[in-house]
Amino acid sequence: MTITTTNPVPIPPGLAIARQLPDLMAPAKVRRGVFGFLRNNPTVAIGGALLLCLILIGIFAPYLGTVDPTAIAPAKRTRAPSADFWFGTDLLGRDIYSRVLYGSRVSLTVGLSVAALASLAGLAIGLVSGFVRWADSIIMRFIDGLMSIPPILLAVALMALTRGSVGNVIVAITIAEIPRVARLVRGVVLSLREQPYVDGAIASGTRTPMIILRHILPNTLAPMLVQATYVCASAMIVESILSFIGAGTPPTIPSWGNIMAEGRALWQIKPYIVFFPAAFLSVTVLAVNLLGDGLRDALDPRMAKSL
Amino acid sequence: MNLPLLQVNDLKKHFPVRGGLFSRTSGWVYAVDGVSFEVKRGETLSLVGESGCGKSTVGRAILRLFDITAGQVVLDGKRIDDLSPDKLHSMRRRVQVVFQDPFSSLNPRMRVRDILAEPIRNFGLTNSKAELETRLAELMDIVRLPRDALNRRPHEFSGGQRQRICIARALAAEPELIVCDEAVSALDVSVKAQIVNLLQDLQQKFGLALLFISHDLAIVEHMTHRVAVMYLGKIVEMATRQQIFTAPKHPYTKALLSAVPIPEPGAARNPIILKGDVPSPINPPSGCRFHTRCPYVFDRCRTEEPELRSWEDGQWAACHLDVLPETAASSS
Repeated sequence: MTITTTNPVPIPPGLAIARQLPDLMAPAKVRRGVFGFLRNNPTVAIGGALLLCLILIGIFAPYLGTVDPTAIAPAKRTRAPSADFWFGTDLLGRDIYSRVLYGSRVSLTVGLSVAALASLAGLAIGLVSGFVRWADSIIMRFIDGLMSIPPILLAVALMALTRGSVGNVIVAITIAEIPRVARLVRGVVLSLREQPYVDGAIASGTRTPMIILRHILPNTLAPMLVQATYVCASAMIVESILSFIGAGTPPTIPSWGNIMAEGRALWQIKPYIVFFPAAFLSVTVLAVNLLGDGLRDALDPRMAKSL
Repeated sequence: MNLPLLQVNDLKKHFPVRGGLFSRTSGWVYAVDGVSFEVKRGETLSLVGESGCGKSTVGRAILRLFDITAGQVVLDGKRIDDLSPDKLHSMRRRVQVVFQDPFSSLNPRMRVRDILAEPIRNFGLTNSKAELETRLAELMDIVRLPRDALNRRPHEFSGGQRQRICIARALAAEPELIVCDEAVSALDVSVKAQIVNLLQDLQQKFGLALLFISHDLAIVEHMTHRVAVMYLGKIVEMATRQQIFTAPKHPYTKALLSAVPIPEPGAARNPIILKGDVPSPINPPSGCRFHTRCPYVFDRCRTEEPELRSWEDGQWAACHLDVLPETAASSS
């Protein structure tokens, strides 16, 4: 490569000069709006898109070529996947494709409801705990106690007290998940309380309810939203486990856990009965976790992005 | 009127050290242990000392961000340390604050407009929306920021600009005293000068009193009227700027001043290097708190605590010695 230069200083041999320096200081492209946010955060986009697909599948299950998921057909038991039965049939001849699609309703309902309820309850408990000194140690010892019980065991115990129904499953898992959210919110509240802008607001005459509403709560929402996605994923897994061990959704309702439980006996010779609900469960949990991871990175205050 | 704007009488703030199973109190941090001073109207009093000496705690106690352990804080002849939250509300307007870190002093989710409007609304300082708008624009002019910055959020500003917003928030309440808690320490030198000059202008314009908490003696010398030097929760010396910077009476003040760098290469410097570290405020030394590190220490210092006593011309210092020996300073 020959270099022509008007530089009077001779170029030492062996030194190459780049024609143009890479533009290291090029300003990062600022994308705005919802689509800009998604393009900047592909993890959120992928996770969100997957989850949206699954939600749509759940909503439109009756229109996606399904038959009655509870219709028993003894003549067509344990058929392998085929053009007629896309995912095969189970021990009672029920169409697994239809059962899996309808089953997504249970998982998503449980996951989203638990995430919403546990977030609300955890937020309330965490705020009280972070702001009311004397209540803090009582609430936190109680939460410690709850956390020392494995969530699945706690949910099984709570289900043993009630009748199996989707509503009761939601309540049981919510109670098991509240401690995680409450702890997180308490921690965030305690650290936010020490922020100089909170002291500044107190000095500016803002009273405590307004401090919570205006300065603490909005800054708690981002980490809580992230935690809510993890709670959602965890709740779907716990729901499936409860159904699988027969302590959750009643067997009359197709849920992924129920389908897997029923296929368990035959799983070595007819693996597809277990495979399809398990695959759907994995993809759903993956989608929710991707969404959570992406949101965690995107909402990190150090990134100083506006949302 | 000769009544000082702020009087602090024997202020004490002890923080509990908690530990163990049920958060038992296992000891106390004597963060501020008997501090008295006053700030006159329109005056700048600087509170200096090294990290952990309790100077910020004094500032926060005056703002009543927590309840004090003992002593009195008197604002314009009225005690504010024992007021209930409701009665305190009207007094809060008169004392405002500017903190050190301009990045965490502003709520990242609020627009500048809402940040500045918060104190105005809280204290009912304007009657209509139009009046509020005028006031907001006026505040931006005072701190020399463009008016259209009102609609932006804090992360869009630089450190110096944020500190101007903090000052505007403090001014919004129309205070008589502003506590500047290391208000310029986090800024770089050129911005520091701008902010200091702004504070001085504002002081002249509005007759503000400033309680300037700082460890930066060069800035203090530039802008203060009087100085109080703190060491381990107590004031060891209090005097006018002139007196402190030319004739310090307390060995700690002397050591502190000798550590200030002189911006001149080759300038003769004879810093007094103090031995050891600052003792823990959980277990402060007996007698004079400075005796563990004082180059002039003698027996009386170890047992008897020196009173903050008056020298000539209103200079106050807490030392048993009337005259500091010159030789000891250079030998240690």
